[in-house]
Amino acid sequence: MKTLLSLIIKEFKLIFRDKWTIMILIGMPIVEIALFGFAITTEIRNINFAVLAPQHNETVRQLVERIDANTYFTFVGYLDQTKDIDKAFRKEKADVVLTFKSNVGKQEASSKGVQLQIVTDASNPNTAKTESMYLMGILKDYFSKTDIGAAGVTSSVRILYNPQLKSTYNFVPGIMGLLLLLICAMMTSIAIVREKEVGTMELLLVSPTRPIFVILAKMAPYLTLSIINYITILVLSVFVLQIPIVGSLFWLSVISIIYVFLALAIGLFISTVMSTQVSAMIVSMATLLFPTILLSGMIYPLENAPVILQYVSCIFPGRWYISAVRKIMIEGLPLHYVLTEINVLIIMSVIMITLSLKKFKHRLE
Amino acid sequence: MEEIIIADKLTKQFGSFTAVDHISFTVKRGEIFGFLGANGAGKTTAMRMLCGLSKPTGGKASVAGFDIARQSEKVKQHIGYMSQKFSLYEDLKVKENIRLYAGIYGLSDSQIKEKGERLMHRLNIYDERDTLVKQLPLGWKQKLAFSIAIIHTPDIVFLDEPTGGVDPLARRQFWELIYEATERGITAFVTTHYMDEAGYCNRISMMVDGKISALGTPKELKEKFNANSIDEVFRTLARGAQRGE
Repeated sequence: MKTLLSLIIKEFKLIFRDKWTIMILIGMPIVEIALFGFAITTEIRNINFAVLAPQHNETVRQLVERIDANTYFTFVGYLDQTKDIDKAFRKEKADVVLTFKSNVGKQEASSKGVQLQIVTDASNPNTAKTESMYLMGILKDYFSKTDIGAAGVTSSVRILYNPQLKSTYNFVPGIMGLLLLLICAMMTSIAIVREKEVGTMELLLVSPTRPIFVILAKMAPYLTLSIINYITILVLSVFVLQIPIVGSLFWLSVISIIYVFLALAIGLFISTVMSTQVSAMIVSMATLLFPTILLSGMIYPLENAPVILQYVSCIFPGRWYISAVRKIMIEGLPLHYVLTEINVLIIMSVIMITLSLKKFKHRLE
Repeated sequence: MEEIIIADKLTKQFGSFTAVDHISFTVKRGEIFGFLGANGAGKTTAMRMLCGLSKPTGGKASVAGFDIARQSEKVKQHIGYMSQKFSLYEDLKVKENIRLYAGIYGLSDSQIKEKGERLMHRLNIYDERDTLVKQLPLGWKQKLAFSIAIIHTPDIVFLDEPTGGVDPLARRQFWELIYEATERGITAFVTTHYMDEAGYCNRISMMVDGKISALGTPKELKEKFNANSIDEVFRTLARGAQRGE
């Protein structure tokens, strides 16, 4: 025990002596939350809309007023003819144009139904899709109160759990999955490989210390750091981004702990395979960082990816963790909805811990 | 005198390559045993086996009375280890390094305090106890590393090229520390490639291509090979080597 304690004290001293690293590790969640929460937002706020209508009658005016009243939309003016739509987009005067085909508001129109067209600038397809969805929502709401009724407007788009399409909802679980993986796996592997590189590992191995103590001591500070980061992210998202934790905080923490252990095991495994800090970092980045960002549904919805990539994504732990966090934290689903995720994470942990301990022992032979 | 290291046809093979080829020798308690050889001769591999870091593929050896293959954990409790390349944590203070190693070897807090202070006074670095090790000159670092390697009073201390890169005066002081340790009954097993240092050893062995090709006191070796210095003995032996540098 004394041995383990000496080693743990040493690890904490070494890591806290490195002021820059510690500042980066503790500051990272704050910066990430600020970046994703306020700067890199996929949510659209200022949509300029124009209207092309054959007649500016009462219904048209009412609709324009209605849309303009919405905080997301700003009315920029009426267009005279169809070819002006193209001009407005090219000059970036408008992001979306609402076109009235028939004479809305007239008696004969209501019997035939209303023909409206939403034209969006799809140079950014994600934005265009969101804009048209917003507009659809407003139109539907408007017509449901007229004698045409909501039935006159058909739309199959439904937005669940994130009715305001707040992108922040989506990325908080993503950041949690990414940062915990990064700190536990990447930093642990680098720290262990550093001792191998400098040679101090040899010294520890020649001492009566049990190798498992060396490893546990290495993991201790990163385990602590990831708990600090976990709390920071939750506090920031609840109080700064105002994303409530709908589900059980207890189960959210349990899943996070499983994930952290898995990440530590991955870090240990990488450290047993790699022999330099640089290679350990590159391997961590390539196998952990990028797949987690791109294949976990953190930024881009996984459902949009090709089927083959959806299968590939299954081997990355981040995908399962992020999905579980999303279900519990944002959708507030009870535990049995995330059993698959939990089981996958547990199985992955068992495999990784067995593999890395075996590999670590083997290296000593 | 008691034999503290007994190697009997100790062998290590990596695939078809025999790094250490049936070496046999004994080291007596309190002796300074020089373990010499060119790079690639198998010195490091042999030493790693004796320290319990690597398992032999043939033959056997005992260190401090324990079998290195079956009781490597026991062996580790009775040895100290120091190397020129890596010895201390550069980002820890002098006293923190002492505390770490003493703690790893299970010394009590009062022992750590007492031995640590005695050690720092002996090396005249008590005033530097709060200095990071990386800020110390190389000669001081090596003396500190050696003193820490024997803080738990092991039976044997293994020194892997301990004096590389330091000036003659610092080397001289370093060897004084080794002599002091052996007076306290600690056996020193030293590898070096400074042939003048070989003269400080009680006995030396010379490894060529995985085999021990000469073993004896420095005087005996010089007489046997009809040479003026250990360096000359070494060059005579190394001429027949198959493995390059």
